[in-house]
Amino acid sequence: MTRALFLIVLLLAASLPAHAQDAFLDALAGLAGGFTQQAEAAERLGAGGDPRALPVLRALADGRLLKRPDNTLLIRADAGVTEAATGAAADAAGAEPVRINNRVRVALRGAIGRLALVSPDAAERAAAAEAVYRTRSAENIPLLEAALARESVPRIRDQMALALAASRLVAADATVQRQGIAALAGAGTEGARALLLEARNATPALGPEIDAALVSLDRVIAVKRAAETLYQGLSLGSVLLLAALGLAVTFGVMGVINMAHGEFVMLGAYATVVVQDACRGIPWLEPWSLPLAVPAAFLVAGLAGAMLERGLIRHLYGRPLETLLMTFGVGMILQQAVRLAFGAQNREVISPAWMMGTLELPGGLMVTQNRLWVIVFSLVVLGLTIAAIRFTRFGLEMRAVTQNRRIAATMGIRTGRVDALTFAFGSGIAGMAGVALSQIDNVSPNLGTGYIIDSFMVVVFGGVGSLAGTLVGALSLGVVNKLLEPYAGAVLAKVAVLVGLMLFIQRKPRGLFPQKGRAAG
Amino acid sequence: MTKPLVPFSRRALMAGLGGALAMPAIRPAFGQAAPIKVGVLHSLSGTMAISETALRDTVLMMVEWINGRGGLLGRRVEAAVVDPASNWPLFAEKARELLQVAKVDVTFGCWTSVSRKSVLPVFEELNGLLFYPVQYEGEEQSRSIFYTGAAPNQQAIPAVEYLMGKDGGEAKRIALLGTDYVYPRTTNRILRGYLNSKGITDADIMEEYTPFGHSDWQGIVSRVKTFAAQGKKTAIVSTINGDANVPFYRELGNQGIKAEDIPCVAFSVGEEELAGIDARPLVGHLAAWNYFMSVQAPANTEFKNTWQAYIKNPRRVTNDPMEATLVGFKMWAQAVAQANSTAVDAVREAMYGQKVDAPCGYSLEMHRNHHLAKPVMIGEIQADGQFSIVSRTPTTIVAENWSPFIPENANRRRG
Amino acid sequence: MSATIATPTPSRLRLGLRAATIAVILLLALMPVLNRLPADHALHISDFVVSITGKWICYAILALAIDLAWGYAGLLSLGHGAFFALGGYAIGMHLMRLIGPRGVYGHPVLPDFMVFLGYTDLPIFWWGFQSFPYALFMALFVPGVLAGVVGFLAFRSRITGVYFSIITQAMTYALMLAFFRNDMGFGGNNGFTDFKELLGMPLNAGGTRAALFYASLATLVGTYFLCAWITRSKLGRVLIAVRDAESRVRFLGYSVTQAKLFVFVLSAMISGLAGALYVPQVGIINPGEFSPGNSIEAVIWVAVGGRGTLIGAALGAFSVNAMKTWLTTIAPDLWLFALGGLFVAVTLLLPKGLLGLLRGRRS
Repeated sequence: MTRALFLIVLLLAASLPAHAQDAFLDALAGLAGGFTQQAEAAERLGAGGDPRALPVLRALADGRLLKRPDNTLLIRADAGVTEAATGAAADAAGAEPVRINNRVRVALRGAIGRLALVSPDAAERAAAAEAVYRTRSAENIPLLEAALARESVPRIRDQMALALAASRLVAADATVQRQGIAALAGAGTEGARALLLEARNATPALGPEIDAALVSLDRVIAVKRAAETLYQGLSLGSVLLLAALGLAVTFGVMGVINMAHGEFVMLGAYATVVVQDACRGIPWLEPWSLPLAVPAAFLVAGLAGAMLERGLIRHLYGRPLETLLMTFGVGMILQQAVRLAFGAQNREVISPAWMMGTLELPGGLMVTQNRLWVIVFSLVVLGLTIAAIRFTRFGLEMRAVTQNRRIAATMGIRTGRVDALTFAFGSGIAGMAGVALSQIDNVSPNLGTGYIIDSFMVVVFGGVGSLAGTLVGALSLGVVNKLLEPYAGAVLAKVAVLVGLMLFIQRKPRGLFPQKGRAAG
Repeated sequence: MTKPLVPFSRRALMAGLGGALAMPAIRPAFGQAAPIKVGVLHSLSGTMAISETALRDTVLMMVEWINGRGGLLGRRVEAAVVDPASNWPLFAEKARELLQVAKVDVTFGCWTSVSRKSVLPVFEELNGLLFYPVQYEGEEQSRSIFYTGAAPNQQAIPAVEYLMGKDGGEAKRIALLGTDYVYPRTTNRILRGYLNSKGITDADIMEEYTPFGHSDWQGIVSRVKTFAAQGKKTAIVSTINGDANVPFYRELGNQGIKAEDIPCVAFSVGEEELAGIDARPLVGHLAAWNYFMSVQAPANTEFKNTWQAYIKNPRRVTNDPMEATLVGFKMWAQAVAQANSTAVDAVREAMYGQKVDAPCGYSLEMHRNHHLAKPVMIGEIQADGQFSIVSRTPTTIVAENWSPFIPENANRRRG
Repeated sequence: MSATIATPTPSRLRLGLRAATIAVILLLALMPVLNRLPADHALHISDFVVSITGKWICYAILALAIDLAWGYAGLLSLGHGAFFALGGYAIGMHLMRLIGPRGVYGHPVLPDFMVFLGYTDLPIFWWGFQSFPYALFMALFVPGVLAGVVGFLAFRSRITGVYFSIITQAMTYALMLAFFRNDMGFGGNNGFTDFKELLGMPLNAGGTRAALFYASLATLVGTYFLCAWITRSKLGRVLIAVRDAESRVRFLGYSVTQAKLFVFVLSAMISGLAGALYVPQVGIINPGEFSPGNSIEAVIWVAVGGRGTLIGAALGAFSVNAMKTWLTTIAPDLWLFALGGLFVAVTLLLPKGLLGLLRGRRS
């Protein structure tokens, strides 16, 4: 159906009279000029409806439009370089990319949107509908009506209807505008709200209708905002959970206070950087670099943890305070070592495409993909940790050694080895947290320092030795923090959470989920 | 090369490290005259190391450069590097050490305002000379300091002017986001005064502060979206400090805030910061500086080549504070040559009116207010982490370190 | 808990140590005098050395306070930097008030940072700080009250060991975040700086500096004797007993909570005093002093010197800081390795610290 429409347009274009083609060439020349000329030219090309304009405009938006010193425009594509005006193959020697600014980008978005509304490709039509929605112009109304009539994909239909409503809102005729208001009232987004407010400022006569629409709109937005806050809290909580999980093993299970824990997280993040650098340039491997970094980070941090435990910490068992001080020194050394090896600057970590942008959940809630993945990842890591402790032989030995070291030893368990493995396991989890944090925070030698105190608070709050406690503790702290933030600001919210935690721990020193029985010692 | 304050132990240390750090074998011959000493007071560890190590390297590069040209006044130039470790009282201690123990002739250093404020009394008391290379909030002018970074009128105000102009999208609502310290607070106060004078009321200004190294921007970015949904073109003015920018931009990109809809202009984001992130989602967001690496000028080509050769990394970027360091160093060297002395008072007098053809492509002049006249450039972020310059002032702009938009400056004591 | 009570040492060693201590104090006392010698004199000591030594003396007082709580009562506080900083802030507020109309904006009452942040009135909690006795009182009182509240809640719930450490660490972290806020009215990240005078004496004059130096030295000696007296008193013995076997002491009928609370509050007040002496000498106070790393470092001075020995704590403060000053200059890239390595080595190999090493060799 759409394909048919596209063909019709193509045929129409081919049969256009000569002066229309001149209009295309006329407008095209403007793209080689200054920013103001470029913006005007883009608008004219979009309004002209000439299908030859689309590849040119796309090339300009992507930085693939080149300009020779004599102002001839060339398009660079995978297939080679062609002349923008004629489509003939050309030589790119001496040509430089045409630069644009935001104003041109805005004009381009609108123009490309108009032209691509009839594209046979569904994704392009969806993007075009979105673009037209944002540019909104009364001139687009007939175009959108035609496109909407032929559109079959429901998602794109919705988007087009929205774009149509937005365009109607700026029309000259009040009846058309009212249609737009009604449609936008049901959209339930802040963007729609902005458009309505703008229309009210522009046409005060529509005030009552718009206000009524706003009331229903605001109700939807308020619900959405509450859900958004919850999501943000869960996301912050999942970060805390990841950072604290390793500590829940080394501190919670073994009772070792490891102030270098944050540095293991940092090592994991740097392992991600190294894996990504190694994968760079190998096309089939590149998308997998982040998943590959997970085991790498686990191994690197785990190995560092095993070395730390065997080399230093085991000599200090039974002296937790000395361990604390010693590991602080280790943390300083690790930080400076990484700073010297990788430089003090932030390292770039590429996010794979599936971790960028937003995802629309059912109900129209938009969530950021990278944080969604971090939430999923944190739960997976938690699940694996519990599974490892519950169901593996290593977990069994680990529990045995924690509960009664001497009896475990008499049963033939090599307690020293179990200690080393447990500590390596906890450190490895910290390393995996580093992979996730590399997606939302700076990868710098200081990465770990920001998380260490929060992690300790989470573990103590949840109840030392209880993984379920760590989960509940982390998520509830995240949510409380985000609930307070709009009222108190980011800093005071955090201070309030810290003070609340201190008071809580004073009342319930064993945390939310106190361990019971002999092991609780 | 670094001149150790305690020569023997450094040598022992070097031996321990093997030949990796060995001194260059060939050096221009200098007479018996004592070397001229340049202090370097930049944090090499702690939170600020991320920004300041590059400035340490820039000074060392300039020292090598000037020695390669026969030194100054026929004497060798030596750098004395110390690490104040992002610890503000330690800055004061190290400043005193440089001036009294190492007896340096000049010092290049500091990044944050608090570190400058910490060392300022020391430099004034001991009559030292400090070159401060970072854009800052103004409201200061010490006879012991030459400020080679921008004052607010050389960065913030032109940037907002651009946003409100046709090319910048004619913004009518401004969200001022910053890290909670004195530079953003003062800059935003000046901007608020400026915006009010342009008819933008307080209802159309949002101001929000976050702590250093803030990494969870979800809430603030969605509040900005809400703020923007009031039916007027909105722009963000960011005075967010270095480290917090990466997660901030990531959140902007992920929440789908495009430069076409809500452009964000930043005063503390340069090439170094962008090197740490994937810049593709940020294309079109802006920064205002007095220098961009992408400036086309012979002096800049030379700067970039020298730097990349010095640091042995063809991908390392240059940025505005590095350029300000370079300009300060060249100016100081010219002033020393002109005064034919390294004595602080003579050099200070010779500094006024000193001119340098800077990598930014303009000839910069040091004024008697101890600030440089600088051009202002607005750059749009490109996918490769560089900036495309979309606007620049035709001439340099004289610094107003005492802003007319801070009413209290009217009753300021003239010093 | 493996650290031991300062066991009766051979009297020759004790005498030697005492003589060395007195010699060191006398040498320290001589420093400002030698500073006054002409610069080319062989015995001249530069301003830099004097000022840095004055700083270390304040650190040594802080170390004594930590040792009193940790070495004797087993309370490992990772938040003593907060008490130190609060004392510093109290005196800093006094110094800010004294600037008066000499500030950049010439406001008779408000400090500069308040003027350009748009304050019109002095916040209530700034009232009274123009008086030196009041500021000095607050430098002791505020840390004391904070320690009292935190300590009371913690000791009543019988929070001990690492949990106490974590709570105190969270305390200093929360304070740091709070003080970083400009809205708190404490100058935010910049804190206070550019002080002019104290008790009518200009701060950058040699005489004032010498006076501050002597005040710090006297406080150090006084604190030492106070701590030594407490640890030798009956209370001190109870504290050591609490450290080594808390429940046993409880069963014997002693009020453990009160004893611990007393020593914790006293220790916090001494730290506040150290901070109050520190700030006029370094000329700046800002929230960085609250950073958890600072507090841990101070604890490590005590560990390096030898905990539970008092003298060792002071020795540790001097030696670690001397090393830090020296290393940040000669090896700016590598000093963190040396410092971190020192912490590891001391906790691992010298559980009794440098003083323990000394004792071990001699006996």
